Amino acid sequence: MADVRTDPIHQFGIQKLVDINIDGYDVSFTNSSLFMVLVLAAIALLLLWGSSSRAVVPGRAQTVAELSYEFVANTLRTTAGESGMRFMPLVFSLFMFVLTANIFGMVPYFFTVTSHIIVTAALALLVIFTVTIYGFYKNGTHFLKLFVPSGVPAAIVPLVTLIEIISFLSRPLSLSVRLFANMLAGHITLKVFAGFVVTLTGLGAFGFLGALLPLIMVVALTALEFLVAFLQAYVFTILTCMYLNDALHPGH
Amino acid sequence: MSWFISQANAQEPAIVPAEDGHAPTDAVGTTVAHEGGEHGGTFPPFDPSTFPSQLFWLAIVFIALYVLMAKKVIPQIAGILEARAAKIAADLVEAEKAKADTDASIASYEASLAAARNKANAIAHETRSKVAHEIDGRRHAAEAQLAAKLTDTEKHIADVKRIALEHVSTIATETTESVVEALVGKVSRDEAAAAVAAVSASKH
Repeated sequence: MADVRTDPIHQFGIQKLVDINIDGYDVSFTNSSLFMVLVLAAIALLLLWGSSSRAVVPGRAQTVAELSYEFVANTLRTTAGESGMRFMPLVFSLFMFVLTANIFGMVPYFFTVTSHIIVTAALALLVIFTVTIYGFYKNGTHFLKLFVPSGVPAAIVPLVTLIEIISFLSRPLSLSVRLFANMLAGHITLKVFAGFVVTLTGLGAFGFLGALLPLIMVVALTALEFLVAFLQAYVFTILTCMYLNDALHPGH
Repeated sequence: MSWFISQANAQEPAIVPAEDGHAPTDAVGTTVAHEGGEHGGTFPPFDPSTFPSQLFWLAIVFIALYVLMAKKVIPQIAGILEARAAKIAADLVEAEKAKADTDASIASYEASLAAARNKANAIAHETRSKVAHEIDGRRHAAEAQLAAKLTDTEKHIADVKRIALEHVSTIATETTESVVEALVGKVSRDEAAAAVAAVSASKH
């Protein structure tokens, strides 16, 4: 019904490609699933094929693979310490998945996997559950010291503990909404300005001139969105590292 | 989150009638009529009917990604980086060793150069002193020879002189004898000789 060319919401729509129903649940293979698989394929292609030659002097693909690895490894090591390196597969998977999904979203007609709250929420919950379960597994009840910072006067300990608990519980929310909202808002903004260009060019000569402004805006926003795509992947990763640090070293 | 819901609800109706794709605020009234007809009618990211499918496929993809990273990619890249670090370290050690070798050869070269120079000096010195010795010997021999010749000559001169002097008195006697004979007549050889001897004695 709506004009697909200028509808900023249409890009987030989910279409079933293959109908699959398991035990009453609709788990159809959709465009979202397709792009998840494409993201996985792209990561596997870049990292596995890129580093398959194992050259001492790396080629381009291997340089990119090594840079990604060292970037995440350094982030994790500086944030969570050497013992945090056991979470490297998780953190690296998260970073590569979010980054690749965000960058894929910048390609016209591509679906942005991370623009759906359920995906970012699932990833955020994965992080929080990992932190909580590993925190209790490694530190036992000592993990609860996370909520009682040392050196706080006894009188305000209940208040501080309450704040710490609220802050801990709001982590999955902030982690998932930050990524989702950035992707969603960015793509809507881009599409709205692009829609202005389409509409204005349909209004004759003056419209063509008027369309220049939103066109420039779209170009600038595209550059900004590439930055946001990387930045949000990085923010998601570094926050994951910081939360993992809490699980590894509570009571800091 | 509520902001997004309201934004979504605010935008959705705007899109439906937007033949001109214009301002998203001007069509609130037509929302209800279209919502039923539209697919789901809700803002896609908040449509719970798509959640099971997304979660299901995300789980499959992310587990596959995790296993791939943990079993293949991370060991592979870490292996490359380790191998490179090891190679660089080994090369540095090798370079260090080569440098030490070079230093050692330079030192031994300089040592042998110094030894050779000393030896050359010794040979030169020895030769010089040998030559000087030989020259001295020859000079001494020549000097001795000369001295001997000088002595012989001096002796010869003395002999000649003595003989000459001996002849002087004989000649003087003979001359005296002749002169006296011419003047006064014959005198004996002995008288003449005595007179000469007297004269030469008085002269001295």
